[in-house]
Amino acid sequence: MSLPARLRTAARYTGGLTLFAGRALRVLVTPPFELRLGLLQMERLGLGSFGVASITTLFTGMVLALQTAYSLPGLGIKYYIGTVVAKSLTRELGPVLVALIVGGRVGAGIAAELGSMQVTEQVDALRSLATDPVRKLVTPRLAACLLMLPVLTLYGDLLGVFGGLLIAVGQLDLTAAFYLNDVTSSLLIGDVASGLGKSFVFAFFIATVACYNGLTVRGGADGVGRATTATVVTTAVLVLISDFFLTKLFYLLG
Amino acid sequence: MAAAPLFEIRGLVKRYEGRAVLAGLDFDVARGECFAILGRSGCGKSVTLRQLVGLERPDAGTVRFDGTDLTTLSEEELYPVRRRVAMLFQRGALFDSLDVFENVAFPLREHARLAPDELARRVAEKLALVHLTGSEERLPAQLSGGMRKRVALARAIALDPEAVLFDEPTTGLDPMTSASIARLIRDTTRQLGVTAVVVTHDLALTRHVADRIAFLDGGRFRFVGTWQEAEATTDPLVGRFLAGQPEEGEDVV
Repeated sequence: MSLPARLRTAARYTGGLTLFAGRALRVLVTPPFELRLGLLQMERLGLGSFGVASITTLFTGMVLALQTAYSLPGLGIKYYIGTVVAKSLTRELGPVLVALIVGGRVGAGIAAELGSMQVTEQVDALRSLATDPVRKLVTPRLAACLLMLPVLTLYGDLLGVFGGLLIAVGQLDLTAAFYLNDVTSSLLIGDVASGLGKSFVFAFFIATVACYNGLTVRGGADGVGRATTATVVTTAVLVLISDFFLTKLFYLLG
Repeated sequence: MAAAPLFEIRGLVKRYEGRAVLAGLDFDVARGECFAILGRSGCGKSVTLRQLVGLERPDAGTVRFDGTDLTTLSEEELYPVRRRVAMLFQRGALFDSLDVFENVAFPLREHARLAPDELARRVAEKLALVHLTGSEERLPAQLSGGMRKRVALARAIALDPEAVLFDEPTTGLDPMTSASIARLIRDTTRQLGVTAVVVTHDLALTRHVADRIAFLDGGRFRFVGTWQEAEATTDPLVGRFLAGQPEEGEDVV
């Protein structure tokens, strides 16, 4: 594809996604609400992701503690391990890593499912039965992501801090009380809130990109495959880039 | 004076990537009639059908249903029309996360506020019409192609529509199953007094169900009329199609 054609495709995609996201938000806040479907998606997307979120954050917390202690040995930094682990997890690593891992899992699943429904005419069947596919398919998934990703992030923060505790006590000869005191005295409500705010924005990107890519699949199985891959890549890129700007924004907000 | 036709299509044009798939179609479908659109694979039959409920929009022309021009309506404004015109998709398009009962119940749950026992009664009634009583709890993946089409038919007629659009209802089915689907289409549409538009290349099906046939070729109708008129036609292409002969001068690879 030539460069102008690529740019046109990109512009069309961005425009389509933006309109779609706006419409999804509008339908999300107008009744009737699909509560049952929303709960079902929360179970599938949210509860189903606790495993990967646990492994990701537990080991990240442990690595953070180890790395910090080993790379800066002479500075007595091990006495601030709690601060380092808690601050970096809640503000940055918790929301971003959970969004990347869970976003990959959830986004790929949504894109593949909706893509398959699209190519087997199930989405057209919904429309032909006078039902809005956005209300039936998109808003339950969007709501589930918006609610569950911050919950998973908060849980991940706690588990990551626990991972740091394991290393602090097991490897660095600190007491649990000392470590936890360091965590609680350094951690501000703003640290946790800014992390959760980030994960809320990431959830919006993950759900809208995945649903949009799924519903716009053309062709057969290869179209579904391409949409799934594109979803994982696009959401990861969006998470990483928006994270920079959100970090700026949250520091400006204090 | 005859009643106004249920569908009135005028000057229907649809282009894909610059190529005119439909190059100006005009036809009427009368109330209670079964109108079959025949043609070779990929000639734009399904595209025509999708225009009739606004699933796709034409590049030019009008599609009137009961006097309303669908081409001017928004997606939301089309919903009342779609409650009156059902569509049976080529591969059934059943919701594969829902079992047979829930598939048939879906339009009722969406559009008719029914008590649970009334809902169950309506679903049972529709499943009986397509001879699938007892399959309520099976998932679409556990059904044969013919059964899937029957469930799809039960779902399509769940809201007692005035018209049903059939997209290749027998494609991919063996001759016996095709014949039973054909009979089912005729019985259900006659019993319920439903107007039907059938898109197909299955001649046996067309003979069984159609009151009138139209032959689509090159984006236009080569022929519209009854079976008797079709058999008497001097159009060589229509004659060959109806006789199942290859196209004149066509290389057989």
